[in-house]
Amino acid sequence: MDPGPPLRSAQDDARFRDSHQAPHGSCMIDLILTQTLNGLASASSLFLVASGLSIIFGVTRIVNFAHGSLYMLGAYLAWTLVGRFGPADALGFWGGVLVAAVLTGLIGVVIEVLILRRIYQAPELFQLLATFGVVLMLQDVALGIWGAEDKIGPRAPGFKSFVVIFGNRFPTYELFLIAVGPIVLLILWLLFQKTRWGTLVRAATQDREMVGALGVNQRLLFTSVFAFGSMLAGLGGALQLPREAVTLHMDLAMISEAFVVVVVGGLGSVTGAYLAAVLIGILHAFGILIFPKITLVLVFLVMAVGLVVKPYGLMGKAPVGHSRAHGPPEPLLLPADGPTKLAGLIGLVILALVPLLAPDHILLTLTELVIFALFATSLHFMMGPGGMASFGHAAYFGLGAYGAALAVKWLGAPMEPALLLAPFLAGIAGVVFGWFCVRLSGVYLAMLTLAFAQIAWATAFQSVDLTGGDNGILGVWPSAWAASKTVYYYLTLSICAAAIVALRLTIFSPFGYGLRAARDNALRAEAIGLDVVRIQWVAFAVAAFCAGIAGGLFAFFKGSVFPTYMAIPRSVDALLMVLLGGVQTVSGPIIGAFAYAGLSEQLMKMTMYWRFVLGLSIVLLVVLFPRGLVGTALALRERWRKEPQPAVSLVEAKP
Amino acid sequence: MTSMLEITALDAFYGRAHILQGVTFAMNRGEVLALMGRNGAGKSTTMKAIMGLVAPAGGTVTFEGQRVDGREPFEIARLGIGYVPEDRRVFSELTVMENLSVAQRPARPDAPHWTPERLFALFPNLGRMRDRPGGAMSGGEQQMLTIARTLMGNPRLVLLDEPSEGLAPVIIEDMAKTILALKSEGLTVLISEQNLHFAGNVADRAAIIEKGVIRFTGTMDELKGNEAVRAQYLSV
Repeated sequence: MDPGPPLRSAQDDARFRDSHQAPHGSCMIDLILTQTLNGLASASSLFLVASGLSIIFGVTRIVNFAHGSLYMLGAYLAWTLVGRFGPADALGFWGGVLVAAVLTGLIGVVIEVLILRRIYQAPELFQLLATFGVVLMLQDVALGIWGAEDKIGPRAPGFKSFVVIFGNRFPTYELFLIAVGPIVLLILWLLFQKTRWGTLVRAATQDREMVGALGVNQRLLFTSVFAFGSMLAGLGGALQLPREAVTLHMDLAMISEAFVVVVVGGLGSVTGAYLAAVLIGILHAFGILIFPKITLVLVFLVMAVGLVVKPYGLMGKAPVGHSRAHGPPEPLLLPADGPTKLAGLIGLVILALVPLLAPDHILLTLTELVIFALFATSLHFMMGPGGMASFGHAAYFGLGAYGAALAVKWLGAPMEPALLLAPFLAGIAGVVFGWFCVRLSGVYLAMLTLAFAQIAWATAFQSVDLTGGDNGILGVWPSAWAASKTVYYYLTLSICAAAIVALRLTIFSPFGYGLRAARDNALRAEAIGLDVVRIQWVAFAVAAFCAGIAGGLFAFFKGSVFPTYMAIPRSVDALLMVLLGGVQTVSGPIIGAFAYAGLSEQLMKMTMYWRFVLGLSIVLLVVLFPRGLVGTALALRERWRKEPQPAVSLVEAKP
Repeated sequence: MTSMLEITALDAFYGRAHILQGVTFAMNRGEVLALMGRNGAGKSTTMKAIMGLVAPAGGTVTFEGQRVDGREPFEIARLGIGYVPEDRRVFSELTVMENLSVAQRPARPDAPHWTPERLFALFPNLGRMRDRPGGAMSGGEQQMLTIARTLMGNPRLVLLDEPSEGLAPVIIEDMAKTILALKSEGLTVLISEQNLHFAGNVADRAAIIEKGVIRFTGTMDELKGNEAVRAQYLSV
């Protein structure tokens, strides 16, 4: 799948933010004020997108990964419509912007009705996965309609000039954007406080089931909320038109920042989203002046610290009634029985025999699949038995790869010590990041893992001197003895198989039992003397370490390392593999890794629009098999076994 | 005359636990029926299954001659069944008036029509705190608010899940008066209850459920006279 980024990922759009730099020589106070204005201007679109995301999450409990894609569509639609309606004419421009926002809202309705409506009852990670499938589809839709070239929009009629503030020229459009934020905030406030729809939305945010039991048509409410949130995202995108180029990378760049805003502000809180958007916008503006190299790190660091200090965000409240106890119980994980062990052994033997028969390119594919199987298994270890879903597991994979590559480049190390060193870099990061993460749970934990992954990604991307930045580190080749494809395949297979078996054994060790106890009921686990935070912390670090092993092997396999190894799409790859196989099973991630990596590789060869096909397959899989491949197979097997016995043995003799 | 609500062989599961195992009973128009039994006997699940909040695995629920099992909760509510949950579930961020407005439905010809003003006559306390957030009210006030909220949907049948649970004795008396007032308005009421004294004050008939099966149905007087049934299913 690599070295080219498997999915479009360049989140390097931070560049656009310094387009309004203050000229040199102005005094300090002026600079501070100017940058504050810049920060406020960039906060507005961020707020529009984040508030939509937050409102949608509040009511539907769906974390909509595709919200950034709606923002991107809003910008593209505005580009087309403004061009058609007449960019020079005020009516043409603003009409185009508004129609683009409304159309984006309608696209939201289509997504909700066709996809999300069918999966409101599915586990939240599957919902997330489905929305990521939508991200992929919309990327190719945009590519198909608008092409790969960036689109430059016209300037807004009436806002083409600038005013001089504090001795600096400041575009009037920026001032207009500064006003948009509070105006939209006010409109939202009125809508939520003064209309029946707003009351219903607030009630549903608290207890949607009860709202339904009181006679409110939830479907209609959900669809309207989704349409409204999508419209806000579309408006946010459309308003960016005079400010920055419209690109195919806008979606993921925006969604990761919107996640930060929503989480820092508090999920479901619109005011919190505004405050957080302003905070992030201003941090960006000043970060560029003070630490131009680490602006992204700064943003995500704020989020991490903020979440530890206020775990539910600035304006958020602790979630009520969302403990695991309410869901259906997790199926019990059992150690492999005879047939399963035999199947595993046969699989391993087949894998070991492949080099005797298969041509080289198959061997290369298999090496990669084996590495991904370990990567997925390590994520499953923390997600399944650990109950900690990670949106940023690629960080540890990437750190493993960079650990190996840096050892080669800077220490001149040969392959063997570099491979040994690699997992430790990932493991140490896991210890540090994990310390923060295990203090949260659920969606908040997942978003924090995403933030840390973005920090790792941004560090690799921006520290050009150390890592070569976007150009990566080349020339990471195995030692002479392992240089042949066959030997490297065996090396990979033996290390990965050993690590996978070790993870498996850990799940069924006392530590693994403690981990599952902590997942199922943290309070009770603590009451019987388990140190829940510590157990989860160790599990987090172990998962990171094992992902690092996979990353190190991957670095020598490819001969090079790039920041994309740590980007969001790679993390989502891992999630897809685990969920495809089924979180509730131990062998699921291995099968999921083979299925997913194999599928996406074949797709890439077959069609230019492979993202669309992949996204569509993901959506269909989630809708059809909400328990994953192995999960569904197990459920079928269980039903088969159970069927002959009457299930009514509970009924007792009548008095 | 057919019954207003007929429940036949209702089955329901929570995960693998078989909670309702063929629950069968019927309700007549205008009566108050107490569904009695110990904790975990299946009282709340029966109500949730009627309301569509728990999907029945088998059996039927017929309301005014229409099958309602398998329908969505909001459709069932619109047919005229009001549900007051055991844990109240007041919208704590919303004011009293907003809580009421969420449940507001158009008037229907065959049921009493409720407005906030009429409800404040029935629950004078609520009238004095119209703009107070639901989260800032006492347990008893919240209980009144959930009932008032459900009435805003102008139901014909009200399901009251453990209305006396966790309330002070004085408030329980108010609650009994409220239920009798609803009855005198012509509403049909199903209450789930563990307290025989309370049920005796408000209910016409009782149905006793144990381990998901209805073990006894009869008038309140028949239950009071049947020492054996009370000892077997109700005493703690």
